[in-house]
Amino acid sequence: MTDSSTLNAFVAIVRRDLLLAYRHRAELINPLAFFVLVVTLFPLGVGADIALLKRIAPGVIWVAALLASLLTMDSLFRSDFEDGSLELMVMSPHPLSVLVLGKVTAHWLLSGAPLSLVAPLLAMMFNMDAEAIKILLLTLLLGTPVLSLIGAIAVALTVGLRKGGVLLAILVLPLYVPVLIFASNAVDAAMAGFPVSGQLYMMSAMLFLAITLTPWPTAAALKMSLS
Amino acid sequence: MLPWLTALLIVLLAYGLYGGLVMAPADYQQGDSFRIIYIHVPSAWMSLFVYVVMAISGAIGLIWHIKLAEIVSISSASIGAAFTFLALITGSLWGKPMWGTWWVWDARLTSELILLFLYLGVIGLYGAIEDKRTAARAVAILALVGVVNIPIIHYSVEWWNTLHQGATVTKFDKPSIHPDMLIPLLVMAVAFKVYYGIALLMRCRNELLQREQNNRWVDEILEKL
Repeated sequence: MTDSSTLNAFVAIVRRDLLLAYRHRAELINPLAFFVLVVTLFPLGVGADIALLKRIAPGVIWVAALLASLLTMDSLFRSDFEDGSLELMVMSPHPLSVLVLGKVTAHWLLSGAPLSLVAPLLAMMFNMDAEAIKILLLTLLLGTPVLSLIGAIAVALTVGLRKGGVLLAILVLPLYVPVLIFASNAVDAAMAGFPVSGQLYMMSAMLFLAITLTPWPTAAALKMSLS
Repeated sequence: MLPWLTALLIVLLAYGLYGGLVMAPADYQQGDSFRIIYIHVPSAWMSLFVYVVMAISGAIGLIWHIKLAEIVSISSASIGAAFTFLALITGSLWGKPMWGTWWVWDARLTSELILLFLYLGVIGLYGAIEDKRTAARAVAILALVGVVNIPIIHYSVEWWNTLHQGATVTKFDKPSIHPDMLIPLLVMAVAFKVYYGIALLMRCRNELLQREQNNRWVDEILEKL
């Protein structure tokens, strides 16, 4: 196996998943609609006090993003598990961790990335200022891939179970906490006019750690789920 | 071995509780309420310790496929969850008179709560998978991933300067706690460790017998009991 063929496998997986998703375009909208809906519920729940809404906006948007990404996680390996292509991936000569990384990349492009792009619009509705919105977008772009990567481990653990849904939430949410803390802290600090480079560096570090480390447990969990 | 350990536990507990509740002087600031640390601190230590044991034995089971390590790992989970719960409950009982509130969203409290959810996730995952060997491996992977949280809890007090006080015991030069208070605390910590050992051995025995219930040697042991 040369390096370039492994790279080809990675690209092929990404392309395949994107194509598959493109064929089912309607499903792509669902998590976004969920995201927007959850955020919309908050002004209805806590009242339309604009000062209060502005203060809780970063947390609300981030928690909603967390839940939306959790909702999409289950589909990451589900259909491949059901039609058996997952077994073929496990048996392929390429390292499974690279294939997993490909699947997660495609998944993020379809869930996390659009989510991040919709978020500034919502932030504007919450009356956040431009500088804070910029930071919010940055944290989402840095943070949502980490969510997908960490979530992939838990999905791989539960993919063989028939009722994995609630269990998945219990497994994943505690692991999401550090991302949430740093991200909403960064946006809060930006709203208060403090420098946020520390939090952003921390989140970049988390992203790179997640990219390098999570594919292995995910691959191991997949092999275990299929055995 | 169990009777010996139980005897040791009783001695340690008796000494630790007597020393902590009767002999140690009342704190000049907190009065008698501080005495709850004799339960709170050891169980908080154990909640972290058990998790590390669970993760390490899980890793051993995962790498070398040692059945016993898997059993140790999964048997630790519910004991650890109990310790975590105890630490949270005693902490909040203590927090009411001291901080004036049952709960604050402080870094250490929150991360301890997350630890509880990690334990619950482990137990839930183990219960959800029918084949127990597969389940043990799944749990091991999850426990290893969750280990990231342990240093976060441990250093949370130093990183975020929050309401929960910093360590008073493990400063190497000179502990900022009086020896009369410290010694019972350490004895209690050892007692909790011994208790963990006893509970772990008993749970492992049950788990092992249950897994191997179709073998003849299990029947022989059960007949003897």
